[in-house]
Amino acid sequence: MSRQDFVRRIPDSALHFGRSDGLWARLHIDPLLLLILLLLSFYGLLVLFSGSGQSEATVKRQFVLNGLAFVAMLAVAQVDLKMLQRWAVWIYLGGLVLLLAVLLVGVEAKGATRWISLGSFRFQPSELMKLAMPTIVAAWFAKRAVPPRFSDIVACLFFVAIPVVLIFKQPDLGTSILIAASGLIVLFLAGLQWRYIIGALVAVLASLWPLWHYFMKDYQKQRVLTLLNPDADKLGAGWNIWQSKTAIGSGGIEGKGWLMGTQSQLDFLPESHTDFIIAVLAEEFGLMGVCLLLGLYMLLILRGLFIAWRARNLFSKLLAGGITLTFFVYVFVNIGMVTGLLPVVGVPLPLISYGGTAVVTLLAGFGLLMAIATEKSTQDA
Amino acid sequence: MPWAGNEIHHFKDHGNEARIFTGRIVAAVLIVFSLFFVLLARFYSLQVSHYQDYITQSDKNRIQIRPVPPNRGLIFDRNGELLADNRPSFSLEIVVERAGKLDVLLENLSGLIEITDAQIDDFKKAIRSRRPHAPVPLRYNLNEEEIATIAVNEFRLNGVEVRARLSRYYPQEDLFAHTIGYVGRISANEKNAFTEAEDKAYRGTHSIGKIGLERFYEDVLLGAVGSESGETNAHGRWLRALERIDPQPGQDLELFMDSRLQKIARESLGENRGAIVAIEVDSGGVLAMVSTPAYDPNLFVNGISHKDYDALNKSFDLPLFNRTIQGQYPPGSTIKPVYGLAGLEYRLVSGSHSIVDPGFYQLENDERLYREWKKGGHGNSVNLRQAIVESCDVYFYDLAFNMGVDRMHEFGLHFGFGDETGLDIPSERPGLWPSRAWKRGMHGLPWFPGDSLNMSIGQGYVLATPLQLAVMTATLASRGTLIKPRLVKSVGGVETEMEILGQYEGEQQNWDYIISSMEGVVHSLRGTAYMRAGRNIDYRMAGKTGTAQVVGIAQDEEYDSEKLAERNRDHGLFVAFAPAENPQIAVAAIVENGESGAATPVVRKVIDSWLALANQTNEQANEQ
Repeated sequence: MSRQDFVRRIPDSALHFGRSDGLWARLHIDPLLLLILLLLSFYGLLVLFSGSGQSEATVKRQFVLNGLAFVAMLAVAQVDLKMLQRWAVWIYLGGLVLLLAVLLVGVEAKGATRWISLGSFRFQPSELMKLAMPTIVAAWFAKRAVPPRFSDIVACLFFVAIPVVLIFKQPDLGTSILIAASGLIVLFLAGLQWRYIIGALVAVLASLWPLWHYFMKDYQKQRVLTLLNPDADKLGAGWNIWQSKTAIGSGGIEGKGWLMGTQSQLDFLPESHTDFIIAVLAEEFGLMGVCLLLGLYMLLILRGLFIAWRARNLFSKLLAGGITLTFFVYVFVNIGMVTGLLPVVGVPLPLISYGGTAVVTLLAGFGLLMAIATEKSTQDA
Repeated sequence: MPWAGNEIHHFKDHGNEARIFTGRIVAAVLIVFSLFFVLLARFYSLQVSHYQDYITQSDKNRIQIRPVPPNRGLIFDRNGELLADNRPSFSLEIVVERAGKLDVLLENLSGLIEITDAQIDDFKKAIRSRRPHAPVPLRYNLNEEEIATIAVNEFRLNGVEVRARLSRYYPQEDLFAHTIGYVGRISANEKNAFTEAEDKAYRGTHSIGKIGLERFYEDVLLGAVGSESGETNAHGRWLRALERIDPQPGQDLELFMDSRLQKIARESLGENRGAIVAIEVDSGGVLAMVSTPAYDPNLFVNGISHKDYDALNKSFDLPLFNRTIQGQYPPGSTIKPVYGLAGLEYRLVSGSHSIVDPGFYQLENDERLYREWKKGGHGNSVNLRQAIVESCDVYFYDLAFNMGVDRMHEFGLHFGFGDETGLDIPSERPGLWPSRAWKRGMHGLPWFPGDSLNMSIGQGYVLATPLQLAVMTATLASRGTLIKPRLVKSVGGVETEMEILGQYEGEQQNWDYIISSMEGVVHSLRGTAYMRAGRNIDYRMAGKTGTAQVVGIAQDEEYDSEKLAERNRDHGLFVAFAPAENPQIAVAAIVENGESGAATPVVRKVIDSWLALANQTNEQANEQ
């Protein structure tokens, strides 16, 4: 028995539910998490029907994928975390091999090479890396000094950087940012010293000035300026943001009503069923609909962080926290981009956007959270 | 394996570990909360604070207002015969925003229907000045087969629309070409010259009156544009109409012209180049107005091909030239009755005054012989009546010598010479009515007596359009009332007003003398028009023949028409009105290079027909 066990017994008694050897625990299901996820995916299908131009086929397909994803989640929830921790490095290396394979034999679509084709089945290795990244970093720090030593941090940054660069080269800026974020978030949770964090921020800001003045070419500067100020180019690169802001703003407090959004239904809103779907939601359900969505997300994230806080060992804590906060980054980057707060990078809105197989990875992550939430004390040793 | 588990590299302080992690979770919760707050604040700003801006923008996005062009006013003749109609015509239009790659589309289309390079050029020009999402026409007048071909291939022709719109059609083809004129597509120059109000008025309208009545009455024919607001999607496709303001159709024009008479007039000119103008004496209304050769105005409506235009424009016969109002010819002897009247009015001559006509006239101190058209002259005692009936030049030389240019000029003004008549179509030319001042200004020379002599037989400097000669004839017929000629009888059912430009009050006996002399031209055996107009006639016609020299003839040269090339032959003219005692119609005609007398039967036929038609109409009216 370690002191860790002793510390954990205090909240355990206070927050007893879901943690006993009840039915949910035996099934490795966190009922609150499951409920929120079901509500979100239902909400998502509702908006998707509108955003896809009322395409039943699209909604049906996403419904089936969601179903598969929930099954995957429940399956992943059964995973033995000790085993996962031991296998983390192999999963990570496997992911790297697949990413390299993408660059060598990948299938190209829409100007990017992101897929490996196995017969009729297409697989996107960066999806696997979304889970492999927090797992490897959590495993790395689980058995190391906390707060981490400088050499451990450098090593960690190194194996975070490799897949990020590979994915960036596909090119897939959005995913590479998210995967970098998922690694760095675990590093942060592992106790990365504030002086390093602040130092890194200062270094990044300080490098911007020489970068802008000495290294960037005019057309690159122009692109950055458009990213930062899309209003200046409403008919060109800024068109999407202009239309999405119009859609959101014109929704008002109560919204125009389901299927009644003129911006979305009349095709003014681009990508209305994928990356920009929250604009459809905001137009048709108004600020009230937005609050409901943000509320559900908030609950999900708080529940995830609670699971992380209560987890039995450092690996589980870091992994649960990493998965949860990465999920938050998804949400924030997507909404920030659609509302014009952040530059446009291709990040879908989790559980709402039409995303094909991405939802499977996403719910598999929540499967890990459930595994952590229902981890038996006896597994801890 | 460093992360495989059991081996512990460093001493782990689990308490410290939990504390740090808890701190990090708390920090994370704070960050998450504050960033959620940022998002909420952003939504609040967009959806509450700036709601009005964005709802306005979203309406502006989806609601488009498109113009509904009015139907152009129709043009009828006096009997309700349709002269300018609007017919549905199918055009192929392209919404460039929906077309994808334009070159590929144009290539595909060229494989399906006939599209010329010129049409593609026009189309590309039109693209540059279009409004976003507005369809731009590529081809007009699609036939049924072409429409079907496009319909079958629609799936691979994105952005292509077949659109029915009303297009001007002239059912009488070339018969009224010079009078009614035509509409054509609005050119870039015309568009640039538009005022803001015009720009608005022509939204949705693709054509504009170019010449003739179509141009002169453009304002009333056009009508007022309507509008239709509707919801469109982002691709500009019209989804449903929200509100509509109907256009006001243009007003119809009713002409004085009679298409039956017009047809007869044209036929009577036959293959000749020439012109006829027939005027209703009482009203100044133009009954017929023909300039030959003519052209088919339908060619111009949707853009004439270069080939067709070249053929018309380069033709030696000048079919585009409206001889009735733009052809300025020496009036020849047709003008003599006016001088005759002047001589009587100025009391320079009386009806009984006579002169000797040896066949030429000579001024003092001038070697030049002013020749008589008739070899050997008209005899030893020629009075004014005879001078008109037989068209004696020497009599008028003598009269002109005595009258002087100033009085000749002044008297002619009562008959409308030297200025545009004010007919209601554009591009009329004023002719030339010379005076001392004019010659000094123009040539820097004084007026010579010889100039007056030439002027007295309608040669020299004098020029008049066939319309001016018809107005002169009508003024003679009405005994001095100069009425502004007009084509349009009513606009939108409202009669146009007659405008009297001048009234010359002469002595009745002088009028009687001149008019009866003009009757002699037609009815007396020695009259110059007797052979061609005066036989077998059952009413009284007053007329005057004329011949206009195309080339000057040298002093010692005999005039021999055989030797002259066809184009150098004289123009034959004839003016007449009838019935002489109660004039209804006044006609002037010219047959280019037709030689003396060629116009006479033409006028006879027009007047015969008109009087017959008028009788017919009266009988029908009586029967009812």
